[in-house]
Amino acid sequence: MNAPNDTGVPIVQLVGITKRFPGVLANDRIDLALHGGEVHCLLGENGAGKSTLIGILSGLLRPDAGTILIDGVETTIASPRAALEIGVGTVPQHSALIPALTVLQNLMLGDNRRLRLDATGARQRLGELADLLGVEVDPDTKAIDLSLGNQQQVEIIKALWRGSRVLILDEPTSMLTPQGVEELGKVLARLKERGHAIIFITHKLHEALSLGDRISILRQGRLVGAIEPDSLRSASAEDLRAEIVRTMFGEAARAVSDAPELQEEVVEGLHVEPPAVGADTVLELQHVTAPGEGAELGIDDVSLELKEGEILGVAGVDGNGQRSLAEVIAGQRTPARGDVLLYGARVTRLPVASRQKLGLRYVTDDRIGEGIVGPLPVGLNLFLKRIGQRPFWRHGRLQRAAVNRRAAELVREFDVRTPSVSTRAATLSGGNIQKVLLARELSFDPKVVVFHKPTYGLDVRTTGTVRELIRGLAGGGGSALVVSTDLDELLEVCDRIAVLSRGRLVGVVGNGQGAAEEVGRLMLGESDAERAA
Amino acid sequence: MTTTRTIVGPEAPLAADLHLPTKYGRAEHVLDILIRSIVPILLALVAGGLLLLALGHNPLIFYRDIWRGGVESGSWQDSAIRMAPFLLIAAGLTVIFRANIWNLGYNGQFLLAAALVSGYAPALVGDLPLWFATVLLFLLAGATAALWTLVPAVLKARYGTNEIITTLMMSFIAIDLASILIKGPFHDPTTPLPQTEVIPLEKMLPSIPGTRIHVGVLVAFAAVLVVHFVLTRTSWGLRIQILGANPRAARHVGIKLPRLIIVAFLTSGFLIGLAAAADILGLWGYIRTGWNPAYGDTIIPFVFLARLNMLAVVPFIAFFSILSTGGDLAAQQAGLPTDFLLVLVGLILLFMTVIEYLGRRRELGESYLSPGLRQALRAPILRRREA
Repeated sequence: MNAPNDTGVPIVQLVGITKRFPGVLANDRIDLALHGGEVHCLLGENGAGKSTLIGILSGLLRPDAGTILIDGVETTIASPRAALEIGVGTVPQHSALIPALTVLQNLMLGDNRRLRLDATGARQRLGELADLLGVEVDPDTKAIDLSLGNQQQVEIIKALWRGSRVLILDEPTSMLTPQGVEELGKVLARLKERGHAIIFITHKLHEALSLGDRISILRQGRLVGAIEPDSLRSASAEDLRAEIVRTMFGEAARAVSDAPELQEEVVEGLHVEPPAVGADTVLELQHVTAPGEGAELGIDDVSLELKEGEILGVAGVDGNGQRSLAEVIAGQRTPARGDVLLYGARVTRLPVASRQKLGLRYVTDDRIGEGIVGPLPVGLNLFLKRIGQRPFWRHGRLQRAAVNRRAAELVREFDVRTPSVSTRAATLSGGNIQKVLLARELSFDPKVVVFHKPTYGLDVRTTGTVRELIRGLAGGGGSALVVSTDLDELLEVCDRIAVLSRGRLVGVVGNGQGAAEEVGRLMLGESDAERAA
Repeated sequence: MTTTRTIVGPEAPLAADLHLPTKYGRAEHVLDILIRSIVPILLALVAGGLLLLALGHNPLIFYRDIWRGGVESGSWQDSAIRMAPFLLIAAGLTVIFRANIWNLGYNGQFLLAAALVSGYAPALVGDLPLWFATVLLFLLAGATAALWTLVPAVLKARYGTNEIITTLMMSFIAIDLASILIKGPFHDPTTPLPQTEVIPLEKMLPSIPGTRIHVGVLVAFAAVLVVHFVLTRTSWGLRIQILGANPRAARHVGIKLPRLIIVAFLTSGFLIGLAAAADILGLWGYIRTGWNPAYGDTIIPFVFLARLNMLAVVPFIAFFSILSTGGDLAAQQAGLPTDFLLVLVGLILLFMTVIEYLGRRRELGESYLSPGLRQALRAPILRRREA
């Protein structure tokens, strides 16, 4: 089952795969071959059809047309279980491990070939696979106690558990520190040696160039470009970059090619202009301790200052207290200890609405879960934080005309692509939902804005727009706190970067040469460094 | 099904991005709602008819008798009178259900309010000007039922306690408390039966001139209109809707959730209390222990069939009122227990669930029929074509 495949016949070959959703042709006659011993990178914007394609390969979706050949034999992948049986394992973008169970229990979950659980056999199998990957995993640690890098390693082991030869990694680096990405690279190299075929999905070009052996580019459901291993090795990085950007974006390539995701290397401190010296402090946290929620950590004794006109980044691996920090500032969570000061005045006990009136805004990361009310029209969603206020409400009555007029202006100003202001917000794409939230938070005189993962999951063009808005806010005298797990992003927009690790603020780094490494080092923190050692 | 959705999620909204027309136009949307609301009732009538056939009755005669007993020769007025408590309870439930909060203690709230109205009415209508006493009794009923929701409301608002359990428990307490009140302080000493003193006929709610319909029905219709306006046109209604659709968003946008939850509960209870006042003062005139019409249980399906839309619930309740008024007669004629009507309500619920499930599939862009079923239906046709 584990035998390397070097006969030249691809392990998996997709021929003419087509998948249609209402109103969208998600995959349009896609041909793709996965060879053993290769990392095959799949590049493309959101909505290019990457998720659909791997959904088909992993048995979640059925293609409307086209065939799948496994070792040259036509095969139907009817379910995720069938995919596992023919040797296709998937590592999801977000860990799907059950937090309360140990690593070993999580691994045994998927294995129901026998009635009785075989713990000894599983322990042995875990040892084999850990050796294979060159990682160390404690079988009896609970999943909740694993760092995200370790969780991903367990997910990879889980995907290989039944002897998969094809491994699908869906944006595996989005949650990792720079050091974690390096680790992953080593794991992939070992898998390649053993003849596994790996699909690696990313929207960061420098990762594709450094990790991939072959690159396929999707755009609007079509395979628009493929770079063979030979040319990937021989061509210069600069040429490859130019070609890939052109293929990914076609005509619009010029407009987006500055984005850090599309550089061949990590960019540091490119657009930074330090704020005026001696600027006033607008937001201050003094020794704030606040609880977390579920598996997420809270914050512990966090102090920070945000100056007028400044963009302060907060870096950290997801789940290290980011939500707690953002919600404490927004007023959605009450700190157990410490104070929040806005313009030097204590606002620790002030409710959300009062803080909004003072110009404090929060662009939430959970856009669909808490940012919008899906069944309500876009127009109303733009004014959710002004319910009951003039001119949109008079004597408690909704003034539909006023709402629609102002909403239409905002939709134009922020370039929200919506059929109309009365369209239900839930039908918009992720990028447009984010634009709705930005329009809501950045209108009506914003002064201090907390951005929580502002570009997460957005396409490159929208990402550019969002970062432009953040810079525009700071340029106009406002201040921004950007909480993000994407280090490239923080390095691009922030003046200073604070690092959150295990709920504590472990350091603040001025943006510039060497900032990435310094932040990465702080992100790992002592406890994680010990764990990795 | 859920796994498919997560994959579809990020891709499907492209339609909006590309300015493609959305999947359904407005007319189709309305048609969809009509289908989903009316088809379950029709199916229930058909299935009920089959059941009647199986029991050896002619369903056409049964349904004709319902029509005769519920609409013809002035009996529509009885149907209208039945609507009063139904509409008010429906209003109380719609308010709170829209907030995605489940006040299931309506039976207890109703009965306790009814017991207090019946207990105090004979004295009050005797001593005070009638209009004043009537208004006072309505307010008393509303306040009683509202207060009875307070404990679940505060528990829900402060600690997030599951309101389904607390309201049900409070309901059991209220039902027994009503019984104690009727046997104790409110007992009519002139009769050995466990009941309250009967309100004199001329002191009950006046009728609309030229009919037998009491003004409580008008109160109910007015309440429906007010509730509809508040829920759809005011900031409070929007807050309720946000709370119902996405409580995390409600917190995010700065709505004061505890207060909103408590006020929603009190409003719901108040409307249910009004139902009790309208029913006692308009129709019954007294209350006896063991009497529990459980109006709420019968109309909950209609509140959902109307998709928590206050105006849409009116035709459903009119339909059910006719069904239950005429059904008494029809069941008698056919020699069936009147509980047969509950069978019809149960069938409506059943078909509602089925249609709802199929409708969800359709929203996801799939056919009303499952692929397996479709294949099975097509198979004989295809076979014939091949042959």
